[in-house]
Amino acid sequence: MGYNAFQILKEGLTGNKGWRPAWRDPEPKSEYDVIIIGGGGHGLSTAYYLAKNHGITNIAVIEKGYIGGGNVGRNTTIVRANYFLPGNSEFYSHSLKLWENMEQDLNYNAMHSARGLINLFHSDGQRDAFARRGNMMVNQGDDAILLDREGVRKHLPYLDFDNHRFPVYGGLYHPRGGTARHDAVAWGYARGADQLGVDIIQQCEVTGIDVKDGKVRGVQTSKGPIRAKRVGIVVAGRSSQVAAMAGLEVPIESHVLQAFVSEGLKPAIDHVVSFGMGHFYISQSDKGGLVFGGDIDFYASYAQRGNLPMMEHVMEAGMSLMPAIGKAKVLRSWGGIMDMTPDGSFIIDRTSVEGLYMDCGWCYGGFKAVPASGWCMAHLMAEDRPHEVAAKHTFDRFRTGEAIMDEEGTGSQHNLH
Amino acid sequence: MRINCPLCGERDRREFYYMGAADYLDRPAEGDLDGIHKYLHIRENPAGVTRDLWHHEAGCSSWLVIERNTSTHEIHSVTLASEVAK
Ligand SMILES: Cc1cc2nc3c(=O)[nH]c(=O)nc-3n(C[C@H](O)[C@H](O)[C@H](O)COP(=O)(O)OP(=O)(O)OC[C@H]3O[C@@H](n4cnc5c(N)ncnc54)[C@H](O)[C@@H]3O)c2cc1C
Ligand SMILES: [Zn+2]
Repeated sequence: MGYNAFQILKEGLTGNKGWRPAWRDPEPKSEYDVIIIGGGGHGLSTAYYLAKNHGITNIAVIEKGYIGGGNVGRNTTIVRANYFLPGNSEFYSHSLKLWENMEQDLNYNAMHSARGLINLFHSDGQRDAFARRGNMMVNQGDDAILLDREGVRKHLPYLDFDNHRFPVYGGLYHPRGGTARHDAVAWGYARGADQLGVDIIQQCEVTGIDVKDGKVRGVQTSKGPIRAKRVGIVVAGRSSQVAAMAGLEVPIESHVLQAFVSEGLKPAIDHVVSFGMGHFYISQSDKGGLVFGGDIDFYASYAQRGNLPMMEHVMEAGMSLMPAIGKAKVLRSWGGIMDMTPDGSFIIDRTSVEGLYMDCGWCYGGFKAVPASGWCMAHLMAEDRPHEVAAKHTFDRFRTGEAIMDEEGTGSQHNLH
Repeated sequence: MRINCPLCGERDRREFYYMGAADYLDRPAEGDLDGIHKYLHIRENPAGVTRDLWHHEAGCSSWLVIERNTSTHEIHSVTLASEVAK
């Protein structure tokens, strides 16, 4: 069923009885051409582009929980292309272009909203670094505007500009950055993939990966074995465990990242604002809640909840930047599991097992990557060679030290990102 | 999360700096490139009991080996790294 204004009107007038489930709920077949393990944003987009761009439609996406129950439905929904390092910059640039066409392509309202993103800076040195980053973004064909203090004041009059520790000097404005409705992205890709013939199998856990003579043969699941000559592991926070099923060790340490949402308020914050020095960022959802967060908790953890010290730190940073939000009540907080790589950048690569591929290491920034990740992982799995915008994102970069993408400039070590 | 430092007693997590897997205590031999790569980058990363290194930065400055559960945040034991490395 296609979604359009006529359909909404018709259903509205006939009691909304005609809507059908957006995707089928099939039993797994005994064999597929491709199995994707993990029905998060990246797994679903991989399946969709395998079908759409490469004509491979005999695919199963196997999800142990339900679609949208992982990090794709737990993040703070920021979509942007303001990366700096070669490797990352062209990939996220590609991703943002796909975002801008995603709703038309999927015929699904993902509420993608290019409301503009402003990264604040607080010193002359930081201004220079941001000017350089802005030039990088413009050179790669994206948009960036360097705002001075008064320029920021026009957009964000509610900030405490004379913040004692980090007075606001200006900001790097990225007008095409913004947010999207996270669950809808999963649902849209699920529906798109389903319509192209992909079987989305929920409530089915992969418990083993069958490897023989160095080649992948299929997977073991809670619904029985399923054969396939090509398998993609796309499980975000569970990358280490699922890779271990095939005897692989990966350069990943899992950490918790928390987020918070306030009670619904009248529209007040029009942009996404990030305050890097205080480890705080915020936007307002279409429902009115202030959505905000900060850093990871900074120790290995699989608890899908955080710890109080980071919570306090985020609240303090928020209050010092925007004293006005202190009166808003926090409704909820939650955590998600981040698969952190040593350099803070992702991996889309083959593994040492023939036919087995991995898409992982998204750290705290993989939501914006959903379309390009699926696009590149599909390309890799269909053609057995990397897509050009993800070619630097290999496992091998840690061993060789070449093409390390340490965006934060903190070092290529697990506890630093 | 509170951590019971063997020298200082139970303290708030904020006094401690997290370093990562206790594998850092087992340095590979010089020239063992595979070993060095593994040591620096590859992690077992269990969802369950793990051993990692913490520095009591805002306390006695000891390095500690902490055995804890990554799924529940429960801490099972805290030992001075100097004892473990012996
Ligand atoms: C609080 C928070 C805020 C964030 N904010 C942002 C942001 O603003 N912008 C941004 O770009 N990124 C953000 N991120 C990061 C982003 O959410 C993740 O990088 C991204 O969602 C991960 O990819 P995914 O959607 O495929 O993961 P998931 O949705 O977690 O998908 C993985 C799936 O694999 C399934 N799975 C695991 N093991 C198995 C198995 N054995 N068998 C079958 N299925 C299995 C899981 O159930 C899960 O559904 C944030 C993350 C968090 C937690
Ligand atoms: Zn101590």
